[in-house]
Amino acid sequence: MPEYQIVVCGSVVPDPLQTLEPVSGPAGPALKNEMMLPAWLDPWAGHALYEAANLAAKNPGSKVWLVALGPKAKLQQSMMTLAQKVPFELVALDGSASGFTDAAETAAALAGAIQAIPGFDRSKLLVFGGWESASRGAGATMQIVGEILGITDQFQGVDGIEADGRLRILERIEGGRHQVSVCEAPPALLGWATGNLPEPRNNPQVGMANMRTIMPVLQKAKPAKIGAEGVTFHSVSLPKQSRDTKVVKDLPTEQIAAEIAGWITNK
Amino acid sequence: METILFLSPTEAGSPLPKNALEALAATKQLADSLGTTFSVGLWGDAPKADDIASCGAARFFAVTGAEFAQPRYATDAAAAEALCRAANATIVIGPAGSRWNRVLAGVAHRLGGRADSHVTGLSASDGSPRIARWYYRQRMEGILSRTQRPWVLAVESGIVPAWHGEPGTAVVEAVSCTPPAPRSKVTGIESPAADQQTIRPDADLLFVTGAGWTKKQPDGQVKTAEAEKLILAFLRLSRASLGSTKSLVDLGGEGHATLPFLTHMNQVGQTGSTPRHAKGLSTCCHGEEPHTVGWRFVGERRAISLDPNCGWARGKADVLYVADAFAVMEKVNGLLARKAGG
Repeated sequence: MPEYQIVVCGSVVPDPLQTLEPVSGPAGPALKNEMMLPAWLDPWAGHALYEAANLAAKNPGSKVWLVALGPKAKLQQSMMTLAQKVPFELVALDGSASGFTDAAETAAALAGAIQAIPGFDRSKLLVFGGWESASRGAGATMQIVGEILGITDQFQGVDGIEADGRLRILERIEGGRHQVSVCEAPPALLGWATGNLPEPRNNPQVGMANMRTIMPVLQKAKPAKIGAEGVTFHSVSLPKQSRDTKVVKDLPTEQIAAEIAGWITNK
Repeated sequence: METILFLSPTEAGSPLPKNALEALAATKQLADSLGTTFSVGLWGDAPKADDIASCGAARFFAVTGAEFAQPRYATDAAAAEALCRAANATIVIGPAGSRWNRVLAGVAHRLGGRADSHVTGLSASDGSPRIARWYYRQRMEGILSRTQRPWVLAVESGIVPAWHGEPGTAVVEAVSCTPPAPRSKVTGIESPAADQQTIRPDADLLFVTGAGWTKKQPDGQVKTAEAEKLILAFLRLSRASLGSTKSLVDLGGEGHATLPFLTHMNQVGQTGSTPRHAKGLSTCCHGEEPHTVGWRFVGERRAISLDPNCGWARGKADVLYVADAFAVMEKVNGLLARKAGG
């Protein structure tokens, strides 16, 4: 049975139910009341973490690290929930997780943290992350992490992996299809889409075990200077999205159906 | 003066797809705006440039070889890197799609440049290029420029009309590229059977199903089988593309009865797709922000919901029908079937 070192990269993002509004800050655009917004681990990175834990559980001797980037207070907030989901060892980077930072700077910090993991072994290494973030949403960070680590077997939009030494990987491609690839062996990098696993239920025992190591790691989180050097934002604005909604009540079903059918077929 | 390169993978025996021709048109427009020329770089098994010979490119480059046929990071990145170096490009523009999106940031890193994806606008201001792209899952739009070069971009489909012109004979300069020995190979494509394929990117209509389809109906019964029948019949009659909310897709993973033809691939929104369709019809969905951010590029929007105060009523749809979607869609199917039957 192969052993894997699975390193999951992720940053914190604002809760998607919050209203987000851009403001101009001293270092460029930012979110209004950004430090007040509740945060959690980026959803696609979360899927990557659950898939990593599942793969590690199937391959005894494997281990999962989460290299997480964000302001220390936000990391701590998100770990309170996340720690109860699956076992992992945290590597914390205290730095900006703003969507307006540059993927290359984020990637450099993440890759540096991965290379500093004690016992880092490229021959067992699987680097996981979200294929995009819910903040910058560029799909760029993981590719650059892979380049810095010298990994040229990269897969994006991953929804499935089977690992028996060789890796069989499903990647999303156009038209609701999956491309199937086989990679001979680690190292490999996988940017996950949603995968196929449900969100694990909270497990207090896992939470207690994780938190024993997470809190000291958070206290000693390494500062990471991340910005967007060379980028000038000329504007950041909310779209004029509000529509003048016509609410149709008390109309007979037949009439509604006729309206909709007419609207659909009217090119 | 910028040196602009349009870059695209090719498939043997196939012309450049629509999204590539759109990116080509965007490249040409940017070059015109900046008062400069552009080149074309293609790679693949046997890339041909004759179909776009009259596009106005100053030079054509190609990396050719059987190893470049597969959509695979190692070989695609190597080919793209070689083409960028051959063209000495400062701006590189490719079509957003799984193949280019997989490698563009890695290629930019190799070249010492920077990458931006999901570009929805290209313009020139004071002789410098600017791009528009969205942040926080389509919640806000930024317009930016960069000092780093090369600047490697992936242009979204649908922002400019596709280039079209007369074919001709392109003089193609061969570019040498020796990729690392591949450790990965593409072994196939998994796709649903043609009659079960519910994701249709080119459809005029996006039809979204929400979790309400699997909830108890006014008579106290769950009617999942009926929902399945109605939805599949509508898709067959309308040729719409099927989208879903996260909550409905997640039900399956949690072991609840749900609609078997829905997968995470259908999911639209925060952790799903942001498809482009002329029209969208939402059913049994509350229209909350994490879902509706996926509707940013859907033109006309209508919704059917029993809740008159749902998210769709708050400026997210053009029309909200406060009605029972089961009853309405049954009638709609009847009307569409009658129309199809002549």
